[in-house]
Amino acid sequence: MSLIEKSAKQLLADLSARSVSAVEVTEAYLTEIASHDAKVGAFLRVDAEGALAKARDIDQRRALNQPVGHLAGIPVAVKDILCSRGEVVTCASRILEHFAAPYDSTVVAKLKAADAVLIGRTNLDEFAMGGSTENSAFHVTHNPWDLSCFAGGSSGGSAASVAARMAPLAIGTDTGGSIRQPAGLCGITGLKPTYGHVSRYGVVAFASSLDQVGPMARTAEDAALLLETIAGHDPLDSTSVHSPVPPYSEWIEQPLEGLTIGLVREHFGPGLDEEVNAAVRDAIRIYESLGAKVKEVSLPHSKYAVATYYIIAPSEASSNLARYDGAHYGYRTDERDMLAELDAQRKALEAAGDKKAAAQLDTALVRMYRRSRSEGFGAEVKRRIMLGTYALSAGYYDAYYLKALKVRRLIRQDFDKAFEDVDLIAGPATAAPGYKIGERADDPLAMYLLDLYTVSANLAGIGGIVFPCGFSQAGLPIGLQLQAPPFEEDRLLRAAHMFQRATDWHTRRPALT
Amino acid sequence: MSLTREQVEKVSLLARLRLSDAELETMTTQLSAIVGYIEQLAELDTDSIQPMAHAVELHNVFRADEVKPSVARSEMLANAPSADGECYLVPAVLGD
Repeated sequence: MSLIEKSAKQLLADLSARSVSAVEVTEAYLTEIASHDAKVGAFLRVDAEGALAKARDIDQRRALNQPVGHLAGIPVAVKDILCSRGEVVTCASRILEHFAAPYDSTVVAKLKAADAVLIGRTNLDEFAMGGSTENSAFHVTHNPWDLSCFAGGSSGGSAASVAARMAPLAIGTDTGGSIRQPAGLCGITGLKPTYGHVSRYGVVAFASSLDQVGPMARTAEDAALLLETIAGHDPLDSTSVHSPVPPYSEWIEQPLEGLTIGLVREHFGPGLDEEVNAAVRDAIRIYESLGAKVKEVSLPHSKYAVATYYIIAPSEASSNLARYDGAHYGYRTDERDMLAELDAQRKALEAAGDKKAAAQLDTALVRMYRRSRSEGFGAEVKRRIMLGTYALSAGYYDAYYLKALKVRRLIRQDFDKAFEDVDLIAGPATAAPGYKIGERADDPLAMYLLDLYTVSANLAGIGGIVFPCGFSQAGLPIGLQLQAPPFEEDRLLRAAHMFQRATDWHTRRPALT
Repeated sequence: MSLTREQVEKVSLLARLRLSDAELETMTTQLSAIVGYIEQLAELDTDSIQPMAHAVELHNVFRADEVKPSVARSEMLANAPSADGECYLVPAVLGD
């Protein structure tokens, strides 16, 4: 078996036994990146030199029998939204194109401490806003299974890098489905942890009450390995929870007994692609053959989840992104040109005798903010800032934002009630098995509806995992989503592992030539 | 409900964005469609429901009031678009 076909778990065993070196593993993955990434576009930057230096250091320490970390020698691709000290972190935005992070995010610090080989930074929708990676200011990420389709998003680069064997493990973030949806579309395993389980410190904020960092891998076993490395309480994140971090990758071998799986009535309605429906139902039958009981449950407010999400997330985003002011860091507009423009406008208004308009003209500082932000942000980010500002503005706050917070509680209560009867909720990850690049680019609302099956988990704060459960006729992967009560990541991982022991969908590899 | 171009222009000032005529046009159409979709929440009776601002409802997370090292000023200013070594520089704020 070639190095890139091995799981991270197998590679770790080989590395410990010294039958392979970290340099060999890193070189194998760098070769795949060199061969395929011009077509896929998963990475924004690849750090071959840094990765090889780290790999050499680990090999040396292993040769000297010195202690090494939990992921020593395993390449990990990181979504370009987590700060890594001294390195550029762009969030796929022009506004941060030249921003170098002054500190490590907790997740990156933990990866470094675990001796992971940080191989490169992956593409995303700008500031993680989107479901297709088409909103990156730099390039689109193509789906390795069909290059005319998008990889999903916003963690599309991380998903594609794992699917195309350009990294064994990757870090993603999930605010409304941004780990699970691209994992489904790219045929890999992606887990969104319970809110508060993984530190958000140093993760560039999009919607702070929803954002979570999580693992992306080819198998549940590997996702377990990565999750146990990055999870846990962090005093630097005041929303981080004192939750225990069990040894997920050890416990995963233990199958779940007496499992009851809930099927959400509302998830199988009109709009669900027939091939996805069939693959998900086949997957449920596999769980039944493994001893699980299946029960229908209802999440009556799930049809309001997208509307609720598209009030709360943009509201938080409009507030979080106020920090990009062109003054402290990031892009600033050309000042001389900006002042000349203002001057010309003032003179024109005065010449026309419009004193009122001249008096209302932006001050130089306000114009600097407005021009810097308008030139630095892409269309989707502007749209969400506008939507959030509108929803929070005087006269609309109660009707939109406060209303959405109330519906959010109803959505959470639906889950609490459902989990009284079932251990896990299973359903599709996306309504269809793949979407063409550009297909929905001009219709933001149609794009938002792609999040239908994933946003509820973020609103409720619960965990979810997605992994492949079949392929469409056209050869695109179909994802199954499992959701569990808060802090039951162990249950999600073990359930996914049971499935992956019984099936081989997760071992399929896209034919990139 | 559909938004007017004037409303969208006003929101763009609040958001410290500046939109071209073409952008204002598109934004007005798109925001109207999105707001129209969002308004389905009005059909739910939520009078007796407490708002849920956070998935983990933690309150008053304190830490000990101890001085800890932070990032050096020079490092923070290194990312500034314009700085003089001590302060961020911006266009004149006060009139002449």
